[in-house]
Amino acid sequence: MDLKPMFKPRTMAVIGVSLTNERHPANVIYNKNNLRQQVEVFAVNEKGGVYQGEQVYRVISEIPKKMDLAVIATRAETVPDMMADCIRAGAGGAVVISGGFAEVGKKDLQESLVSMARKAGFPFIGPNCVGVYSPPSVDTLFIPGERIVRPGPGKVALVSQSGGILVDHLIRFWDEGVGLSMAVSIGNKALIREMDLLNYFASDPDTEVISFYVEGFGENEGRDFVLAAARCPKPVIVLKSGKTAGGSRAVSSHTASLAGDYEVFSAVLSQYGLVEARDESEMISACEALSCYRKPIEGRLAIITGSGGHGAQAMDACISRGLTAPPFSDAVREELGKQVSEKIQGIASFGNPVDLTGSAVDDDFVQVARYLSKREEVDCLLLLLLPYLPGVTSDLGARLSMTYRQERKPMVAYVPHVEKYNMLIEGFQLNGLPVARSIGEAVQMAESLRRFQRW
Amino acid sequence: MVSQEMNRILDDAGKHGWVMEPEAKRLFSLAGMDIPRFCWARKAEEAVGFAEKAGYPVVGKIVSPRVVHKTEVKGVAVGLDSPGKIEEAFLRFSRVEGFAGMLVEETLSGLELIVGARVDLQFGPVVLLGIGGTGVEIYKDAALRMAPLEERDVKSMVQGLKARRLLEGYRGKEPVHMGELTRLLLTFSSLVMEIHPRIESIDLNPVFAAASRVSVGDARIMLKK
Repeated sequence: MDLKPMFKPRTMAVIGVSLTNERHPANVIYNKNNLRQQVEVFAVNEKGGVYQGEQVYRVISEIPKKMDLAVIATRAETVPDMMADCIRAGAGGAVVISGGFAEVGKKDLQESLVSMARKAGFPFIGPNCVGVYSPPSVDTLFIPGERIVRPGPGKVALVSQSGGILVDHLIRFWDEGVGLSMAVSIGNKALIREMDLLNYFASDPDTEVISFYVEGFGENEGRDFVLAAARCPKPVIVLKSGKTAGGSRAVSSHTASLAGDYEVFSAVLSQYGLVEARDESEMISACEALSCYRKPIEGRLAIITGSGGHGAQAMDACISRGLTAPPFSDAVREELGKQVSEKIQGIASFGNPVDLTGSAVDDDFVQVARYLSKREEVDCLLLLLLPYLPGVTSDLGARLSMTYRQERKPMVAYVPHVEKYNMLIEGFQLNGLPVARSIGEAVQMAESLRRFQRW
Repeated sequence: MVSQEMNRILDDAGKHGWVMEPEAKRLFSLAGMDIPRFCWARKAEEAVGFAEKAGYPVVGKIVSPRVVHKTEVKGVAVGLDSPGKIEEAFLRFSRVEGFAGMLVEETLSGLELIVGARVDLQFGPVVLLGIGGTGVEIYKDAALRMAPLEERDVKSMVQGLKARRLLEGYRGKEPVHMGELTRLLLTFSSLVMEIHPRIESIDLNPVFAAASRVSVGDARIMLKK
């Protein structure tokens, strides 16, 4: 099934627009797309009439154009008829917002949609979902336009079973300055499931990183999913909820007791080089780091800092996440000494971490980063930058980004996130390098680069 | 790879819901895994006869469809170094519920590992390698992989154990034979891929891992209900 028409639609019918209830989800969706998105929108209601000065069509087939996407937001029991209309009218696909299906025990009603859609080769998302956020084409999240927080355009595709979590993630993405290519909530995932979206985003040129919020897979579905993800050249990040087993289950063997559902989930993800995010923060930082670099690392870090305390904290975080900061040989230390300005030569330390001290200037950081970028024994640089040091200027982010462009060794920076340091932060971000808000987050970003593996 | 005889072992065990140790061992032996020499003795004389041939001391274990965890009924006797001790153990086991004989086998030594399999709802058959013995659920030191395993999986599973240094030769001990451990795990993994529709889980615990051989000390297959 081709999902592209419904994900990048030029025309859309909103079925269920109310002439009396402005807060109806269908109205919210009609209005926000009419005002803010590029898609051409048509209202459908069996009673017909006029809404916002535009004609309301009685059925989708009355619309004189072919619809790429239909949003169905009518009562559950009417949805099969609406979908049949969509199929007859040759629509490209549907988002079924309506709830009242398998989640309330009405499996047969849901199954009737699936069998109809399968027979017709008609893709639909949902039911019981908030649908698709695909700017600038379309946005079916039924949240009024003025209330939604919109992340900028970017390379991360977000797939979530839960609509609430999806909207929450949009807020976090915006807050962290991570851009999105598209977001989809799949709700009851009756027809279109994680696997279909993995395949779609694997070949979507706008997407570089694919991120999933998963509650659980069906029988053997997890196996197919990880095998497909391992073949996908783009990093796949998974955040799983329901890690704790609900209630106790009788276990008759040691293996069954040691290999609980979540233990298996986590082990299999890492076996196939998928990136497991253990919580929401890890997911956001993994998305940020992996949208900057797609080259897997082993996790041998060079830590460059202007403060010994920061270096020591970073070291602790590295060890606890299974990363290393290999000690440098005498020859390397000596070379590092030659890279920096004379006034810090006697006070800086050139082991790993490299502590350039509070007297360091921009040039010292750039020279050391350049030298260590050429060394084989490290595969990632961790830069702990303190914008309040007298010799550090707001240029440093852009200058280190330039070093990355020349040397191509991944860098992750930590810069305290307050407004007055924004220019330093943007020096990295505008050049596509990841910047963390804390030392811990910077190390976490490096760890996510290591978790992404392809064999 | 699964022969008719192996299928017959699984068929016959169906009524109990699990495959007892002697039959499980025969199945793994047919699959090509290293199993200690053993005999399923229905009479004390048979047990003694086996020990005379195989050499003392031997290990004696209860065979009963009602006993899944043998140590919990004191159903394992090690260091049986005379006919008298064998007869004594046999007599003691014969009083346990469901007694169906005694398994007698050569005494093995080595690091006690667990090798296991489980059929996961979401991911299908998975294989486990960990620190075994009776304390297995206390140490909880195990690595899991989706089957089938590749050679690099075995390497990374060992690397993933907290106790990996015990396998690598800790404090003057000889390291575990990695080639044999790999062979055992890969053979086990392919077997699991073939019989997984019929099983729920498998425990090989302990697996004795030593410098010269890696051998299955105990085996149990829980069948799908």
